Amino acid sequence: MKDTPGSTNLLTKLDSAFVRKEPFGLVLIIAPWNYPVNLTLVPLVGALAAGNCVVLKPSEISRGTEKVLAEVLPQYLDQSCFAVVLGGPEETGQLLEHKFDYIFFTGEGARSGSVMTAAAKHLTPVTLELGGKNPCYVDDDCDPQIVANRVAWVPILQRRQTCVAPDYLLCSPEMQERLLPALQSTITRFYGDDPQSSPDLGRIINQKQFQRLRALLGCGRVAIGGQSDERDRYIAPTVLVDVQETEPVMQEEIFGPILPIVNVRGVDEAIEFINRREKPLALYAFSNSSQVVNQMLERTSSGGFVGNDGFIYMSLPSVPLGGVGHSGMGRYHGKFTFDTFSHHRACLLCPTGLEKLNNIRYPPYSDRGQQLARWALGSQSCTLL
Amino acid sequence: MEREVQRVRQAFLSGRSRPLRFRLQQLEALRRMVQEREKDILAAIGSDLCKSELNAYTQEVISVLGEIDFMLENLPEWVTAKPVKKNLLTMLDEAYLQPQPLGVVLIIGAWNYPFVLTIQPLIGAIAAGNAVIIKPSELSENTATILAKLLPQYLDQDLYIVINGGVEETTELLKQRFDHILYTGNTAVGKIVMEAAAKHLTPVTLELGGKSPCYIDKDCDLDIVCRRITWGKYMNCGQTCIAPDYILCEASLQNQIVQKIKETVKEFYGENVKESPDYERIINRRHFKRILSLLEGQKIAFGGETDEATRYIAPTVLTDVDPKTKVMQEEIFGPVLPIVPVKNVDEAINFINEREKPLALYVFSHNHKVPVEWELIMENILSILFLISVPVY
Repeated sequence: MKDTPGSTNLLTKLDSAFVRKEPFGLVLIIAPWNYPVNLTLVPLVGALAAGNCVVLKPSEISRGTEKVLAEVLPQYLDQSCFAVVLGGPEETGQLLEHKFDYIFFTGEGARSGSVMTAAAKHLTPVTLELGGKNPCYVDDDCDPQIVANRVAWVPILQRRQTCVAPDYLLCSPEMQERLLPALQSTITRFYGDDPQSSPDLGRIINQKQFQRLRALLGCGRVAIGGQSDERDRYIAPTVLVDVQETEPVMQEEIFGPILPIVNVRGVDEAIEFINRREKPLALYAFSNSSQVVNQMLERTSSGGFVGNDGFIYMSLPSVPLGGVGHSGMGRYHGKFTFDTFSHHRACLLCPTGLEKLNNIRYPPYSDRGQQLARWALGSQSCTLL
Repeated sequence: MEREVQRVRQAFLSGRSRPLRFRLQQLEALRRMVQEREKDILAAIGSDLCKSELNAYTQEVISVLGEIDFMLENLPEWVTAKPVKKNLLTMLDEAYLQPQPLGVVLIIGAWNYPFVLTIQPLIGAIAAGNAVIIKPSELSENTATILAKLLPQYLDQDLYIVINGGVEETTELLKQRFDHILYTGNTAVGKIVMEAAAKHLTPVTLELGGKSPCYIDKDCDLDIVCRRITWGKYMNCGQTCIAPDYILCEASLQNQIVQKIKETVKEFYGENVKESPDYERIINRRHFKRILSLLEGQKIAFGGETDEATRYIAPTVLTDVDPKTKVMQEEIFGPVLPIVPVKNVDEAINFINEREKPLALYVFSHNHKVPVEWELIMENILSILFLISVPVY
């Protein structure tokens, strides 16, 4: 919260220049259903830390959490500075007609356009934490078992209803042959022979999502898994192969336990494939060669990048979470959340005395004065405007 | 329009704009352009705003050169990856933040400082490794023309292009997809830009304006205060986004303020302001008429002379201004300074807080008890720039 001093130039040497972090005012946080507690409360923590008042709109899809938050939060937070608003898309639309000083939205890209359009009417700044199809490139030069462990781990934990989860794999047909048994072995090791009975596997959030995902099982060819149970909203950890770029499973963010593999020949083709598509929230590259990993990093763009792992950077508060392009704008976690919800106000405190020193900046101007001004503004950037 | 944008995008995808060396080269070329063609640039700005070469240099060119130098000095460090703190789970990993270019940036410039407000963002966009489409304001015609002529002579012609035109061309341009849009201008168009950007989820930077209040406490050195306000207000004929737009003070101070501003205007611009080489003109007839209409029904304490043929409006001060009148409803962007009487600092704070947050906020006070009150003010008044005068210790 402390003021950050700014450097001064010769014209402002006697002044005190600093940046003060202040609250925006009234913040609206619209939260999603996939990690309904975390993705609602972490932004809230930052907004409150920055001194704002908050209106919270939890997702109506994660009904249990919605109810608990609405009951519990007012018992702990100052009710004049904080409110929970419940409702579906219609209520959210009405909420967005009001003026806020900041809007923080986590959710799908399709809804975010209308959030930003609504914000534009009041010139309200926004952070949009969206998603997209996060590619995971697996080079020929790496250990398939390590890849399988790291890719299958956390994503499967939440049924891959995770915005940063690897959405699809890119690898050569030869690597695919080595990966499939490794993936199968990992799934069996983590969840047993009958994953449906494993206590470590969640379920799909609702029927609508379940139906959507089940339809995707028809793409390509099922190499692992493929089972589903409507009563239980269960879909088995599934790997699809022989997938075409034009099929539905490669057109939308999957957000479920289905992992398609698309074949490419080498890192160049993988990079071309990735760059033809929207910038993702996360990009993963597995290779023993640091050159390959660096190429991937330098020639693509994404919100975040991970070399040789499947998820872990989410646990680091020093590394922000945020997208670029269609995967989002803005970023948060740790201090980045505080900064997101703070207005950084530029301040200059000037002395009233020593007015004579200011004379060079007043008209009437002369050549001599101009020379002095040129020298005083010097090599440090200064904008008179 | 679409073809032009596509061409720039292809140039970006070639990867040419990314290496540090290339960015530095382009910035150095830009610097050479400003130095070698200084006369042409100053002449263009001069014709747009009736500004002397000297003023065009100190108000615009000097900032651009300073910014380029600052970028050249710091860029090599800024482009490097910044390591971040790790936890136990990531102890064996390398964790860092790597700055990367966004892609194709659209910069929409303004007409009041037509050179610096277009080039300064350009400098940053180039430094960050992007390709850029520059759309200078059509109101500052001469600067728009000179930029279209000079930039291709010094910069990469596929990565950085100038597109000129009016409302129609800008609307077409805004339908295209960019990776960032930086707009400098007014609030109404700011909303249009953001709405257009929302269709593509394009992040925006909007440098707008508003009515920047200036509070004068009863306990201050009015001589100094009025000099500083006169300088800030009448520079560029009041056409500055951060100029003090209006004054708030106790009613009893008004006469003194008017008197001291009058004296300062004489000192700065001479007996006949119209003949001063340091006093600019209004950009065009439309804005001239707009500002004139703000004077209707007002008590003109000083100034008020106009000449439509030369778009001249004298430095003007209005007193006992009613907050509900037109001059207090829109950003003045001209050499008209209304004084709105308030009882005390609390009333000033309420007045300011009832309105939209301004771009700049000015406070003048000599009272060192007042820092406590100013803390309150600073907590209550939220604006971009906050300038306060305190005694020298």
